Amino acid sequence: MLPESKLGWMGLALGAAVLAAVPLFVRPYYVELGTYALIAAMLALSLNLLVGCTGLVSLGHGAFYGLAAYTVYLITPEEHGLSLLVTLPVAVLAAGVAALVVGALSLRTRGFFFLMVTLAFGQMLFFLFHDTKIGGGADGAFLARPTLSLLGFELELTRRQRPVAIYYIGLVQMVAMYAGLALLLRSLFGRVLEGIRVNENRMQAIGYNTYRYKLAAFVIAGMLAGVAGHMWALHRGFVNPELVGWHRSAEALLMILFGGLNTLHGPILGALAFTGLGEVAQLLTERKLLVEGLVILFVVLLLPNGLSGMRLPGGWKRGLAATGRPPAERGAESLRHG
Amino acid sequence: MCPDRCSPFAIRNSPFAHTMDVAGLLAQLLNGLQYGLLLFLIASGLTLIFGVMGIINLAHGSLFMVGAYAAFVVTSATGSLWIALPAGMLGGIILGLLLERFLFRYFYRREHLDQVLLTFALILLFEEARSLVVGNDFYSVPVPPALDFSIPITEGFSYSAYRFAVIGMCLLLALLMFLWIERTRLGAIIRAAAEKPEMVDVLGIDARRIHLIVFAVGTALALTAGVLAAPLYSVYPNMGDGFLIISFVVVVIGGLGSVSGAFWSALLIGLVDTLGKAYLPVVAGLGVYVLMAAVLLWRPSGLFGPRS
Repeated sequence: MLPESKLGWMGLALGAAVLAAVPLFVRPYYVELGTYALIAAMLALSLNLLVGCTGLVSLGHGAFYGLAAYTVYLITPEEHGLSLLVTLPVAVLAAGVAALVVGALSLRTRGFFFLMVTLAFGQMLFFLFHDTKIGGGADGAFLARPTLSLLGFELELTRRQRPVAIYYIGLVQMVAMYAGLALLLRSLFGRVLEGIRVNENRMQAIGYNTYRYKLAAFVIAGMLAGVAGHMWALHRGFVNPELVGWHRSAEALLMILFGGLNTLHGPILGALAFTGLGEVAQLLTERKLLVEGLVILFVVLLLPNGLSGMRLPGGWKRGLAATGRPPAERGAESLRHG
Repeated sequence: MCPDRCSPFAIRNSPFAHTMDVAGLLAQLLNGLQYGLLLFLIASGLTLIFGVMGIINLAHGSLFMVGAYAAFVVTSATGSLWIALPAGMLGGIILGLLLERFLFRYFYRREHLDQVLLTFALILLFEEARSLVVGNDFYSVPVPPALDFSIPITEGFSYSAYRFAVIGMCLLLALLMFLWIERTRLGAIIRAAAEKPEMVDVLGIDARRIHLIVFAVGTALALTAGVLAAPLYSVYPNMGDGFLIISFVVVVIGGLGSVSGAFWSALLIGLVDTLGKAYLPVVAGLGVYVLMAAVLLWRPSGLFGPRS
């Protein structure tokens, strides 16, 4: 999951530095696009804790993301936004509680059924926001964005400065999330999750209560998705049921697979590449979905390990794409049958 | 204090009175039956394809959409749904054969995740193809003139003849499916392949031929459902989406790979959804998902699946 060489860590540091430098050189539109890509990256990162690390494929992860954004909408008074320091914990907590309930129930099932139950819970939430007036109904609603205030001081920003500040807030959160997950996966907890992915029965036989570990992973992933959802509310100041819908969850899965699920940086790479791809497709043609569909098809047919598993010449590959387990482990099956 | 209003007959004056009457209930029951049977056509293909090949086909809803749009294109060109129906079935068989042979065949042994990715890409491509060929507008498809009347059932209540025809058509297809799966040699092989694929291989049966047939039949059923649904729901972009998710609910409640399970659970879902929308509109969207979650927690492999 983590880079094993110095070169790998340097690559990560370089990537973070490049992302940090982006707002200095590009037009405001691209800063906003970058913020959106960071949000997508956080969502993909959080989902990857389930999919890539624990082997739980969920199609309802967008629910926690959307719920966090809706929570910000629900707790914010109409005229003035609350402090970021209030909205973030509340939104994350709400997502965590929802994940605890959904996870406790859906983790009783496995494989395809787990996929379907998570999908069903996601759709429940979707219809809750879609059919009732809790959150503005099907059209969604605008909200006063959280303010950037600390200890009574409120950071006053002009219209031009604000998107840049929000971009950096997103970047800090994403780097923190990456570092936190890196530590988590190194811990015994992370090792147990990996064990569950590889062979759950054996983990049970060793004496681990795998249900509890999976539930803990589910709740953590839900809370991290909540961070991404809160960031969405901060970024756009708008919520609608699409945030909760299953397309969002499927898109996050795509980003993970696009980037490669054997690594921790894969989902980030996938989210950035996928967002960029959508943008390029929109610029070049009117048929955005056509380009996206074809690229996904290409990736799934020819790159079973995603972008981060692409084969670079010898030494480079070992340095840049060093992963905990060989790419062949996942690719072998497809090679035999493909 | 209020002898009139508190009497048991007060319900006559309540705002619910008009929806509580027998004719209205009968109409909703028939609507639920018709919706459920249509869901069965979609879900039976989905459950067969999952049962035999282990494929999660998210693009199955898109196949339904293709059927509905085919109905629109053919009826506006020829003026008759009677041509669209066989055309949809035939087109479905051909489309299914092509998809299986050139795409899905390579994904049977891949992880669920790759299948989700592949079929999600197919959804995007089908939607774009629809947008290229027909555009992004809503269209209505006329009910065939021969069935454009209502059949009186009781005094003051009559029901659309076309909906009756849809119910009949779906029941006929369900019966054919049942006979095919339960009473023929090929059906026995398909049931065996869903149960224990290794055993079928060992017996020297050509699995690839079975896969082609199952996929073609499943696709043709989805397209047929689309053609039949077109005059009822009109055709619109992303229409496959809602039907896909609800069909998954049907498949899960019915038990994966079980066609008869899919039949009963499709009826259940059709009735619950239709009655819910008629009598409890605020929570109707939630209803089926609550039902599914409840069923899965009670019986983790579906209502009609094997007991675990």
